[in-house]
Amino acid sequence: MTGQPEAGAATATAAIIAPRPARPPRGGWRVVAAKEFADGIMSIRLFILIALLGLAAVAAIYSTATYVRGNAEAATGTTGLFVQLFSNQPTSSQIPSFVALVGLLGPLLGIAFGFDAVNGERAERTLPRLIAQPIHRDDVINGKFAAGLAMIGLVLLAITMLVSGVAFVVLGIQPSPDDLARLAVWYVVSLVYLGFWLAFAMLCSVVLRRAATSALAAIGLWIVLTLFTALLVGIFAGYLAPVSSTATIDQQIANVQTQLDLSRVSPGTLYGESGAYLLDPTVQTVGIIPIDQQGDPQALPSALPLDQSLLLTLPQVIALLAETVVCFGLAYVVFMRQEVRA
Amino acid sequence: MRQKGRHERVARAEEPSGQAVIRTRQLTKQYGSLVAVDHLDLVVQPGEIFGLLGPNGAGKTTTILMLLGLSEPTSGKAHVVGFDPTRQPLEVKSRVGYLPDDVGFYGGLTGRQNLRYTAALNGLERRAGDERIGGLLEQVGLADAADRPVEQYSRGMRQRLGLADALVKDPSVVILDEPTASIDPTGVAEVLDLIRVLAHERGVTVLLSSHLLHQVHQVCDRVAIFRAGRILAQGPMAKLAEQLAGGGIELEVGIDGPADQVSAALLAIPGVRTATRDPHDPTLWRVAGAQSVRGRLTRDLAGRGMTVWQLRRIGDDLDEIYMRYFAKDEVEHDRAA
Repeated sequence: MTGQPEAGAATATAAIIAPRPARPPRGGWRVVAAKEFADGIMSIRLFILIALLGLAAVAAIYSTATYVRGNAEAATGTTGLFVQLFSNQPTSSQIPSFVALVGLLGPLLGIAFGFDAVNGERAERTLPRLIAQPIHRDDVINGKFAAGLAMIGLVLLAITMLVSGVAFVVLGIQPSPDDLARLAVWYVVSLVYLGFWLAFAMLCSVVLRRAATSALAAIGLWIVLTLFTALLVGIFAGYLAPVSSTATIDQQIANVQTQLDLSRVSPGTLYGESGAYLLDPTVQTVGIIPIDQQGDPQALPSALPLDQSLLLTLPQVIALLAETVVCFGLAYVVFMRQEVRA
Repeated sequence: MRQKGRHERVARAEEPSGQAVIRTRQLTKQYGSLVAVDHLDLVVQPGEIFGLLGPNGAGKTTTILMLLGLSEPTSGKAHVVGFDPTRQPLEVKSRVGYLPDDVGFYGGLTGRQNLRYTAALNGLERRAGDERIGGLLEQVGLADAADRPVEQYSRGMRQRLGLADALVKDPSVVILDEPTASIDPTGVAEVLDLIRVLAHERGVTVLLSSHLLHQVHQVCDRVAIFRAGRILAQGPMAKLAEQLAGGGIELEVGIDGPADQVSAALLAIPGVRTATRDPHDPTLWRVAGAQSVRGRLTRDLAGRGMTVWQLRRIGDDLDEIYMRYFAKDEVEHDRAA
C-alpha cells in the first residue's frame, strides 16, 4: 500500500484484510458434529428407536435365557455361555437371537440418523448459510457422519448393556473376560455395519432432494436385502452354476458355494457371519461343511480362543469396512461436487 | 456505453491493489451452455453500499456465490477482502457476512441458539459470542423473541435474524442477497435502516442484490444494473438517470386533442427531439429533448390552445431506468441478431 495521499483509505483497507486470529477453527467438523449430536440426543426419533430396539432385544435375550435355564444340565460347562446368549436362537423359539436382531433392525438406526442429513438442510434452506461460515465444505458431511455414528454407538451400547443386565438377572451367569472382549469386538464390528447404513442413508440424502424419497430409498434397500437376498442369490447362482435334477455332488456344491459368495455382497450376510464367529466360540466355519468332515474326530468340537475367531472373521470385517468406506466416499464426493443452490 | 465502462476499468486497475474490497475481472460462470455470469467486472470500494440490481435469474446470486467461494468460476478472477475466494475460501468466509436469498434457520432451535451455532462455527468463544449475540439481537429488535423457536418467527423476523446472523462474525463486508424480498413495507424500512447504520456508522462495506429497485435504491451509494449475466450500467443513481436521457430530459405530458395536431405542436417546440404517444393511453405523450424544453412546453402548447392536464418528469426514477435499460438492451440484442 502506498500510504501518504490516501492514508485514510489505506488504513480502512488494512483493517478490512487484517489477519483474524483464532478464526478459521481447526476442525469445523467438530462444531457441526456437536450441534448434530445435541439435536439428535433430544430428538423423538432417538426415543422411538431405543424403545423399539430395546423391546425387541429384551424379548430375544429373554427367550434364549429361558431356554438355557430349562436345559441347565446340558449347558453346564459350556464355554462362552454368556456370549452364546446373544448369538444362539433356540430351535424352539420364534424370536431371533439378539445378534440376528441387530443385523435385522439395526439398519433402521443408521437410516434414521442419516436419511435427511443433507436434504434436510436444503429443505430448511440452512445449507447456504452453513457453508458460508469459515469451515470447509466436507466439515459438514464429516461432522454429520461422526455425530450419527456417535448416536448409533450410544444406542447400541445402551441396548447391549440392557440385554446383558437381563441375562445376568435371569440366569445369574457372570461374563468372563473373554466374553467381554468378544462383546467389545462385536460392538466395533456392529458399528461398522450400522455405519454402512448411515453412510448409505446419507448418500441418499445427498442425491435425493426430498427427505421422504431418501428415506424410502434407504428403507427400500434395507427391505430388499433383508427379505430377498436368499431369493435373488438363488436365481443368480442358478445362472452361474446351474443344477439340474441329475447334478453331481460337485455341481451342487458349486451352486451352494456360488450362492454363499453372492450373498456375501450384502452387508447383512457379512455382519451375520462375523457375529456368529465372534459371539459363538464353537463356530469354526460358516461355509459349507462337507459330510465327511461332520463329526470328524480330527475337527475338535472345542471352543476357539478370541484371536482365532477374529482371524476367521477378518475377511468379513474387511469387506464390511470396505463397503462402508465406499458408501461414505460416494456421499462425500457427490456432496463436494454439488452446487450450493439446488 | 460498454466502451466507456472499459476505460474506467483500466483506470481503476492502475490504482494500488487492495483498494477495492471486492473486485472481479472477467468473472464468468457457465452451466452447460447457459452463461449465468458473463465476463463480469465489478469494483466495490470500502465503506460503500453497492446495489446489484436486476431481475430474477440475472446471475446475481451466482455472482455472490462465486464471491464467497461457494461456487467455482468457469473463468475469470475474483478478489474479496484481498483474497481469492476459490483458493482461500476460509479467509474470505471469516471476514464476509452473508445473508442468503430466502434465508433459513433450524426451526426447532431458538433464534439465540441458531446464532450460537454460527458463532461456534466462526471459532468464537462461548462467552464472547453470547455477548455479541445479545447485542446484535437487541440491534435487530429481536431481544424479546430471542428465546422462542424460529419456527414461530414471521418472515420479517427471520430476515432480521438473518442480518444478525451475518454480523455474528464481525465482518468487514456483508453480502445481502435480496434482503427485502417478501417482507412487508415496515419490515423493509427496518431492514434498510439497519443496512444504512451498518455502512455509515460501522464502516462495513455492503453489497446487496435486489430485484425490487424502488425499495433499495434509496440506500445504495452505487448500483450496477444487471441482466443476463452482464452489467448494463454502473454508477451512482443520478448519473445513470442522466446517461439514459442522453443529457436531456424526458417528460410525460397529458394533452387532449387529435394525435397529429398534438404531435406537430410538440415537435414544433424548440429542443424537442421526439414525441411519442403512449401505447395504452392515447392522451399521454412522451417527450424527449434538451433541458430547455422544460421552460417552454406549457407556454407553447397554451399558445396553440392546448391544455396540458398532466406534466411529469420521467427517467430519474429507478424503476424507470431499470425498465428502459432492459428495453434498450433488448433492442440491441435484436439488432445483433
